[in-house]
Amino acid sequence: MLRRSMLFMPGNNPGMLQTAEVFGSDSVILDLEDAVSLGEKDAARILIKGALKTFNYGTTEVVIRINPFSTPYALEDIDVMARLKPNAILLPKATPEDMKQLDEMLTRIEKEEGFEEGIIRIHALVETTYGVETVYETIQMSNRVDSVCLGGEDLAADLGVARTKDSEELFYARTKVVNACKALKIDAIDTPFTDTNDEAGLLADTIHAKKLGFTGKLSINPRQINTIHKVYSPTADEISWANRVMYAKDEAEKEGLGVFSLDGKMIDAPIISRAMNTLNTARVIGLIK
Amino acid sequence: MKNILGREVPDNIKGYGEVKHYGGYLASKGTKTKRSIKMTNVLPGDEKLHDNLDTVLDKLPLKDGMVVSFHHHLRNGDFVLNMVMEKIAARGYKDITIAASSIFPCHGELVELIEKKVVTSIYAAYISGPVAEAISAGKLENPAVMHTHGGRARIMESGDLSIDIAFIAAPTSDDYGNINGVDGKSACGALGYAYTDAETADITVAITDNLVEYPNTTIDIPQTLIDYVVVVGAIGDPNGIVSGTTQITKNPIGLKIANMTTELIKNSGYFKDGMSFQTGAGGVSLAVAADMKAEMIENNIKGSFASGGITGYIVDMYKEGLFKSLFDVQCFDLAAIKSAKENAGHMTMSASMYANADNKGSVVNKLDIVILGATEIDTDFNVNVTTTSDGTIMGGSGGHADTSAGAKLAIIVTQLANSRISAIKDRVTALTTPGETVDVIVTERGIAINPKRTELIERLKETNLPIMTIDELKNIAETMTGKPREVEFTDEIVAVIEYRDGTVLDVVRKAK
Repeated sequence: MLRRSMLFMPGNNPGMLQTAEVFGSDSVILDLEDAVSLGEKDAARILIKGALKTFNYGTTEVVIRINPFSTPYALEDIDVMARLKPNAILLPKATPEDMKQLDEMLTRIEKEEGFEEGIIRIHALVETTYGVETVYETIQMSNRVDSVCLGGEDLAADLGVARTKDSEELFYARTKVVNACKALKIDAIDTPFTDTNDEAGLLADTIHAKKLGFTGKLSINPRQINTIHKVYSPTADEISWANRVMYAKDEAEKEGLGVFSLDGKMIDAPIISRAMNTLNTARVIGLIK
Repeated sequence: MKNILGREVPDNIKGYGEVKHYGGYLASKGTKTKRSIKMTNVLPGDEKLHDNLDTVLDKLPLKDGMVVSFHHHLRNGDFVLNMVMEKIAARGYKDITIAASSIFPCHGELVELIEKKVVTSIYAAYISGPVAEAISAGKLENPAVMHTHGGRARIMESGDLSIDIAFIAAPTSDDYGNINGVDGKSACGALGYAYTDAETADITVAITDNLVEYPNTTIDIPQTLIDYVVVVGAIGDPNGIVSGTTQITKNPIGLKIANMTTELIKNSGYFKDGMSFQTGAGGVSLAVAADMKAEMIENNIKGSFASGGITGYIVDMYKEGLFKSLFDVQCFDLAAIKSAKENAGHMTMSASMYANADNKGSVVNKLDIVILGATEIDTDFNVNVTTTSDGTIMGGSGGHADTSAGAKLAIIVTQLANSRISAIKDRVTALTTPGETVDVIVTERGIAINPKRTELIERLKETNLPIMTIDELKNIAETMTGKPREVEFTDEIVAVIEYRDGTVLDVVRKAK
């Protein structure tokens, strides 16, 4: 599925749970961790349970961020949330060891509930230096992993450096996460841009991350969705180029040509694949029919 | 009897009289007659100026049962209504009818006068705060009459309501009654509603806290309409008159609704050179204005006029050449007040010119697009902005029904579901604006177009906008909020909702 944007929503706010899908993000992450104070963890579980039974989130992917295994809440989070059959669990401070444990628990619960095995997917939130170094191994711990999300704030703290607007301190982590995700054919989701009033900054940061290879971005405010989608959606020029590539390919095939060129440039398999991806994305988000 | 909108309205209402039932939004066409107005001439050497309210009141033909009018440009900072009514009550007069263009929470002192039967009737286009609660509780002797801004001008001009004395809060005046709203410590900008009071009342008293030498160099209401001028310490509290700058909403739901509304307008066929536009001062309305501004610049669209209550955002669009002119009946912020003073193309208009259905053509008739709000909407597109869902009065039409009738594209913007309350119901609690004049409802989850607007439905089919029927929208809301339990009402009628032509749309009954 398309994951240009993944929007965090506090799990203890009924109004936000009611409107979670309204903003058009590809995924919503209902949060049990940072957005929820220690005294409200159980209340948030009850609210999310009610929300998933009551509201129709349509085609929006519903992800639940549980608390890390290092806290007393993780096991109950998983036990309650997995039985609601969300689309996915977001594992914070992801490590190979935690991923293995989460996968085993989900497998057991799916069996107990009679769910199809592997139906509940996992997104790994990498936000520690250990998590960055072991990201490739973490992904391989479970067939359920659909993406790695980068958590820049916690990572900077673990690195002992300050977070900056240009995210220079995250360069290594960003490229390492992207490389692991590309190697294992899953989505790479960039860290949120935390200044919710700086639209220009968000735009620049998203463009930069896309250039590094990220396929989407976490978001902490609904107002950020349009900007993120603007970057991760094909432009009219890109769609036109992709259509021309596919037309040229069809024509070449009719003429029995194995190799062909467009605008003086040789078109090969990776370029055709990129054009097909562009058109698929445009179709999924309704830009073309 | 049930009127053509299915509302149960008696033929005769105690304390109101015989009812003219609503017959459709264009039913009131024809030739009308203006009421004759008494004019007492002022001779050379006569003095109009008084330095206190009591000496003016001594001169006025005060009597039990009189009708006095006030205007609301000082909004929730107005001192004048309370100041005058306190004096009238102290003099022992009873059974007064107040015709105020709007009543705000700052007018809470009126409740005591209502309870003591000093005030027994109220006419207004908008009522909120303690007075609205008192009316809802059945404390007012006669049902309040809730008309539109244009309807108020109409009843004053026609004589359906004859104003004995108009009290005009005047931010600046000279000693002969040349008034403006743009100067002085209580500046409020355009005096559109007050102008109609001054034109139609038998006696007009200007109350000012900024007396300037004759002649006042900016004149909104001229000396020819003013009988007396009185100077007081303060006519209002600047903090309540304007809120500084009105703000675009930061609520993501509001922004989403605004974005969808702009997209709809862009594809509606009305987004073109020469278009005219009106929106309010609410956060979502301002977000639409901001989006429209960006789209007009990008598409090189130049509008004809923007109208209504004017805000700084609309002034900015005017200054950037996106609108050729502004028609202003009341200013909503400091930037609008400043512009009303400085810009020739920023024209003030009277309430009659703005929205009266019975003159020779009001500005609303020339409107292409208007953005309006709603408390409730029903599946016939009828809108309630008069009461809450529990039946308590909390507002009123203002220019809602006027602009909706006049504009080619009347768009209602509202959050579909807010916690446990759905905006769309089978039947609105009170009916302010008839559905036949409402074209589109924009909510965060979908857009419903009035089935009568087939050409608009066809035009928008090709867009990515989430167009659905109003029943589909209602169903979405009800899956989240459940179906609300009907509020039960007594038979007692506490307010009559008049359409702009003076027919009765609906009544507000006292809740059980």
